[in-house]
Amino acid sequence: MSDLIAYVVTGLGIGAGYALVGSGLVAIYRVTGVVNFAQGAFAVVAAMLTSTLLSAGLPHVLAESAAVLVAAGAGVLVGLIATGEPGAALIITLGVGVFAYAVEIVVWGDQPRSFAGLPGVLTVGDARIQAHYLLILAVTVPVFVAMGAFFGRTDLGKALTACASNRYAARVVGIDVRRMGLLAFALGGALGGLAGVLTTPIQQVTFDSDVTLIVNGFAAAILGGLTRPGVALAGGLLLGVAQTLIAGFGGGAYQLEVALLLMLTVMVVQATRAGALAGVAR
Amino acid sequence: MTAVVRVEGLVVRYGGATALDGVDLTVEAGEMVALIGANGAGKSTLVKALSGLVGAEAGQITVRGRLAQVPEGREVFAGLSVDDNLRLGGWRNGRRGRDTSGIYELMPELSGLRRQAAGTLSGGQQQMVAIGRALMARPDILVVDELSLGLAPLVVRTLAGHLEALHRERGLAVLLIEQNARLALSMCRRAYVLEAGRTVLSGNAAELARDPRVAAAYLGGHVAAG
Repeated sequence: MSDLIAYVVTGLGIGAGYALVGSGLVAIYRVTGVVNFAQGAFAVVAAMLTSTLLSAGLPHVLAESAAVLVAAGAGVLVGLIATGEPGAALIITLGVGVFAYAVEIVVWGDQPRSFAGLPGVLTVGDARIQAHYLLILAVTVPVFVAMGAFFGRTDLGKALTACASNRYAARVVGIDVRRMGLLAFALGGALGGLAGVLTTPIQQVTFDSDVTLIVNGFAAAILGGLTRPGVALAGGLLLGVAQTLIAGFGGGAYQLEVALLLMLTVMVVQATRAGALAGVAR
Repeated sequence: MTAVVRVEGLVVRYGGATALDGVDLTVEAGEMVALIGANGAGKSTLVKALSGLVGAEAGQITVRGRLAQVPEGREVFAGLSVDDNLRLGGWRNGRRGRDTSGIYELMPELSGLRRQAAGTLSGGQQQMVAIGRALMARPDILVVDELSLGLAPLVVRTLAGHLEALHRERGLAVLLIEQNARLALSMCRRAYVLEAGRTVLSGNAAELARDPRVAAAYLGGHVAAG
């Protein structure tokens, strides 16, 4: 029983990271229609930068916040490159992701990095849980609530949604579609960065950690058809818990395999359903 | 009278293809003007040029005041509610200019649908949303691209009634771009005929309706009675 609780909480913590990466994908896709394969790189850059800032003596929170801001800036940069050339955006983000490896290795080297998170251990029943896992959830859940309110209740959020819903009409009413796209990339960058700074204390990060993050983030996001952040949260948490349960009781780490299997299942189901709908429409 | 829209010698090209090849058109303040023409005559290109969505190769467009567009095919934000669609119509106005209550007074048909997703509405209701959204910009001239396309006659009559009321009661200038020439000529006082990117005829709408060339090409071959 204590194992189960520990696994579930650990899984939720890890899953929150996937959900954040996934929601960053969603934010960008909703507004620009671009699937940003460089999404994992935001997390890696923010994590690496945080470790540098912390060792330079910057206090916690400040270091993490700065790193998230830099990730948002990186998002704008990727957005500028990716949305400049219509049709090539997907390949461009893939290229930027690979290029980010080179930059990360030059700046931070190829060794894993980590930094201390929230210290302390809590006892729930007879399970011992690192406090940092709870911190991850305590940050992630409000972020999703805020994001829901932003998209659902503010005019700016609705204007962002409008760009995704109908680009032409957005231009007709005077919404600057390109600027909204860059704003979405900034948001996506910040969410990716947040995933990185939150999860690094429990899972050290290397330059190529983005692969795990992007695959899992994508799997979480695709549950909601890449457009619903709330579903991405549920998907990410579910994925994280499933993976830790399998790792804990099954005795092997099948992180990527679980994510890929889930993604494949969802895509097959969605494709079947879309096909059925198209059949009805005909 | 002052012109709200003056188009002189407008030329628009897409790559090698010439979409507009010398368009001249004027809409005076508070005037309701029709632009008729067949598919591919350049009507939609003219609308885009007026809204600044495509650039001109030659010629000039002068817009005095605000121009708002009701795009062809309605183009509502399908996933957003009716009220959100309307609010976004006032995007340029800033937060204070996004009160939608006036639109519901004008088109009471919409007030029961505020929270409904615009994509789930009927074609006529979507056209009302598109008109309301354009009105939210507080325009001096409304450019309506294909009011009647794909809509039942009864629905078209309701929509036409709304436009005529706006024109009559608020002095709103309207440029009505229509494939349904009979409808457009009956609603407006003045009209232009666009063919292959050029304004080939213009004048009093009732007279144009009697013009044999217009009748043959746009009114189904029958000279309009009257």
